[in-house]
Amino acid sequence: MATVSMTVNGQAVSGEVEGRTLLVQFLRENLNLTGTHVGCDTSQCGACVVHVDGDSMKSCTMLALEAEGADVTTIEGLAKGGEMHPMQKAFQDNHGLQCGFCTPGMVMSAIDLVAKNPNPDEATIREQLEGNICRCTGYHNIVKAVQQAAKGG
Amino acid sequence: MYDFNFHSASSAHDAAAKLAASDDGSVMAGGQTLIPVLKQRLANPSDVISLAGAGLSGITKNGDGVTIGATTTHAAVAGSGDVPAALRSVAEGIGDAQVRNRGTLGGSIANNDPAADYPAALLGLGATITTNQRDIAADDFFTGLFETALNDGEIIKSVTFPNATKAAYAKFPNPASRFAMVGVFVAQAADGVRVAVTGATDCAHRGPKLEAALSANWSASALDGITIPADHLNSDIHGSAEYRANLVIVMAKRAVEAAG
Ligand SMILES: Cc1cc2nc3c(=O)[nH]c(=O)nc-3n(C[C@H](O)[C@H](O)[C@H](O)COP(=O)(O)OP(=O)(O)OC[C@H]3O[C@@H](n4cnc5c(N)ncnc54)[C@H](O)[C@@H]3O)c2cc1C
Ligand code: FES
Ligand code: FES
Repeated sequence: MATVSMTVNGQAVSGEVEGRTLLVQFLRENLNLTGTHVGCDTSQCGACVVHVDGDSMKSCTMLALEAEGADVTTIEGLAKGGEMHPMQKAFQDNHGLQCGFCTPGMVMSAIDLVAKNPNPDEATIREQLEGNICRCTGYHNIVKAVQQAAKGG
Repeated sequence: MYDFNFHSASSAHDAAAKLAASDDGSVMAGGQTLIPVLKQRLANPSDVISLAGAGLSGITKNGDGVTIGATTTHAAVAGSGDVPAALRSVAEGIGDAQVRNRGTLGGSIANNDPAADYPAALLGLGATITTNQRDIAADDFFTGLFETALNDGEIIKSVTFPNATKAAYAKFPNPASRFAMVGVFVAQAADGVRVAVTGATDCAHRGPKLEAALSANWSASALDGITIPADHLNSDIHGSAEYRANLVIVMAKRAVEAAG
């Protein structure tokens, strides 16, 4: 076992992990932050996407120890003072979710995509969300939600 | 995944020392290939040595070309104004945004997946791979299915891509995995016309017939009538060998058109 320390949603945290402990396991099992989901565990679906030092990453394909010293944001870290993040609000407004399983990862990827492409067209949104799979919505309302959030909510 | 001891290397030298000190260690860059491999228990290293802090990331341009550090992510290459457009498009087309935020150039070429994109770019531009031991020409690097010229304990530090007069990459992505069904990189490189094909066989390779045709006449129509024998081409649920043989020509033509 080794000790890992990082900042998660603005708070300094640390814990005992094995070499093989995945970042998503650390978040869900050590920190009880179960908003980050595991859909496939094979790097395909994006349900586990979090931000590490500002970039979206699949937390099922990263070791907890690789995040030593990093600044991690999960879906739980988005709402401020009881107010949803504009991307979360846009998903709600546009019915961008049905079962909601993919939604945390979708929202985290979408925030990164808008940060890097402030005026994304539909093709860019679809391309940049290739790493996130949704089995319910057919993606149309997700794309609309991202467009709304990109326009400022 | 079996457990292992995790280490962080502070330099390529330190990584090599930690590898030598381990029973059966493995270096890790972005982990976008290695972690899935470990999860499937296809590998069982005693020690995993991360290169993330080894100072091997960065892009340096000079008059002759561009040198890219081994742990530079696909996203960093795709977003760099110092990288020629053809190489940027290779990086931009790898996997998805999250894979590009962690996966690295060195990891991709060390792994040498038969459908990986970067090997075609290295062969197509006549790149040189610099390791902690020596310089290796791309033409000598990719030796077979997941096989490279790297020795045990050899660590890639950077790759130098010489400037090309014209270059482009055309990829037909597998719709599910986004790896190349077939990808073709064409270039009017420093040492003449180069054509490199990935996805079609056990690893990326040059296409001498296509190179000869394009050396005589740099245009897509120069490839009309050329056929690629399907004998040794990959054949799987995604596409037959005959389908891939045809794709090689189609992608080569698209690449020449894109290069202008
Ligand atoms: C969902 C998904 C989609 C993908 N799609 C594509 C695609 O379309 N095209 C494509 O080309 N690739 C694709 N990939 C693979 C991706 O590009 C990986 O990032 C890359 O193959 C490995 O890079 P890495 O830095 O993650 O290497 P790692 O996984 O860390 O390492 C891979 C191997 O290389 C060795 N290694 C790493 N760095 C070095 C070094 N500096 N010196 C010596 N050995 C080293 C490791 O020991 C290991 O054996 C995809 C991956 C995923 C998960
Ligand atoms: S759980 Fe990480 S990509 Fe599916
Ligand atoms: S809302 Fe159900 S998987 Fe996307």
